Amino acid sequence: MALYSEKVMDHFRNPRNVGVLEDANGVGTVGNAKCGDIMKMYLKIEDDIVKDVKFETFGCGSAIASSSMATELIKGKPVEEARKLTNKAVAEALDGLPDYKMHCSVLAQEAIEAALKDYEENGQGG
Amino acid sequence: MIYADNAATTKMSAAAVKTLTELIGTTYGNPSSLYTFGQEAKEVLEQARADVAASIGADPKEIIFTSGGSEADNQALISAASIGARKNKKHIIPTKFEHHAILHTLNKLEKEGFEITLLDVHENGLVRPEEVENAIREDTALVTVMYANNEIGTIQPIREIGAICRKHGVIFHTDAVQAVGHIKVNVEEDNIDMLSASGHKFHGPKGTGFLYAKKGIALTNLIEGGAQERGKRAGTENVPGIAAMAVALKESVAALDDYKAKLTPVRDRIIKGLSEIPHSALNGDFEHRVPSNINFCFEGIEGESLLLLLDDKGIAASSGSACTSGSLDPSHVLLAIGRVHDVAHGSLRLSLGEDITDEDADYIVKSVKEVVEYLRGFSPVWRDLVAGKGTFIL
Repeated sequence: MALYSEKVMDHFRNPRNVGVLEDANGVGTVGNAKCGDIMKMYLKIEDDIVKDVKFETFGCGSAIASSSMATELIKGKPVEEARKLTNKAVAEALDGLPDYKMHCSVLAQEAIEAALKDYEENGQGG
Repeated sequence: MIYADNAATTKMSAAAVKTLTELIGTTYGNPSSLYTFGQEAKEVLEQARADVAASIGADPKEIIFTSGGSEADNQALISAASIGARKNKKHIIPTKFEHHAILHTLNKLEKEGFEITLLDVHENGLVRPEEVENAIREDTALVTVMYANNEIGTIQPIREIGAICRKHGVIFHTDAVQAVGHIKVNVEEDNIDMLSASGHKFHGPKGTGFLYAKKGIALTNLIEGGAQERGKRAGTENVPGIAAMAVALKESVAALDDYKAKLTPVRDRIIKGLSEIPHSALNGDFEHRVPSNINFCFEGIEGESLLLLLDDKGIAASSGSACTSGSLDPSHVLLAIGRVHDVAHGSLRLSLGEDITDEDADYIVKSVKEVVEYLRGFSPVWRDLVAGKGTFIL
């Protein structure tokens, strides 16, 4: 049995929406290098829609896959929907994560929350 | 596939496979039985004991077969602790980077009232003999120092430490799991009282190992039952496995010079190549190092991702990152040599086998360079470091 599901490996090997969004209006970073995982989410929000999203991640395979899947789940969606994204939804979309890796999906949820908070605090969220 | 995880386990040698498979079919008698068929198995067992003993300069009576290195470590420590406790000596001196088979057994002994003094292993991953001497007290029951570290491959000054222990009348144990069959080990010359070894680390079968205990050291049983192994380890012996281990050990020890001559230049070729990666560092002393071991930290990346991508490129390796250990902390060995968490997560261990070639070495270096560069490409940690928003550690 493989360590991860095929979906996890696919998102790990070919991460979607990876990189920096220069014109992001919401950026959030969570985790720390001491624990071995850092996720940074860049959101471009227009008319309450997540027009674009990119991520950068320092972390293990499931951390990279969780970030990638999380961006897929919110891209093009209304901000309200992005706000409701749960770590469970990320993990389920990846066909599951090993128990000791569930924190990676939590980190992805928190990174998006942090980016949305930044968007609101920048005054651009009205 | 390039198998570069020989410190985890090794491929059984052809002779070991042959011995194991033949004996399973033919010599299935119980060595404790008195009839000829049982005694044939007993002969195989005792020949194996003689061969194992000879390969480390011990007497056959000083060898107890175990299920592996962990059992041998457990039994050595529990035995030395019992001997000490009888004389009211309840102080033990290990190093900070012992294998968990040692450290976890010591945790147990600590709860039973033993006091533990952990020796520093410094930035180069080497114990200083004078610090062993300074740590020894009137009530010291045992000093335990691994012969070669399993993660960073550093070879400890065992002979000097052994001499100090002899001088002070303290039992000296060494976990030699990564040394036996890889470098010359001689219990007599090295002043060793107890030694643990594992069959599958030197091309023998898994589930085999042995404990050397110098004559006069009373062992405490971990397993009670019949009178096998001079009453010190109950249970019918794994005769085919033990014989195969002995064959593998004989072969490995006979080839030690070739092994060193073959692996050292390949190892150094990889070390040189990986050193070209910016903000990387070799872990552990370069000189005092087993011929097979390479261990690096790369700043700004995490080890599990590195391993998975190397696996995709057909390279089997290992890392000391938290994600590969199943805990939140990275390798205690890397922390012990002063690597901070941030960089300890980005470690890579390559442990070479005899079949490694220069071409393999170049492919490994090329692949690691590519993967490290790729992962750094979307690492927020790396981006901040490059942008001057943090300080490079390596």
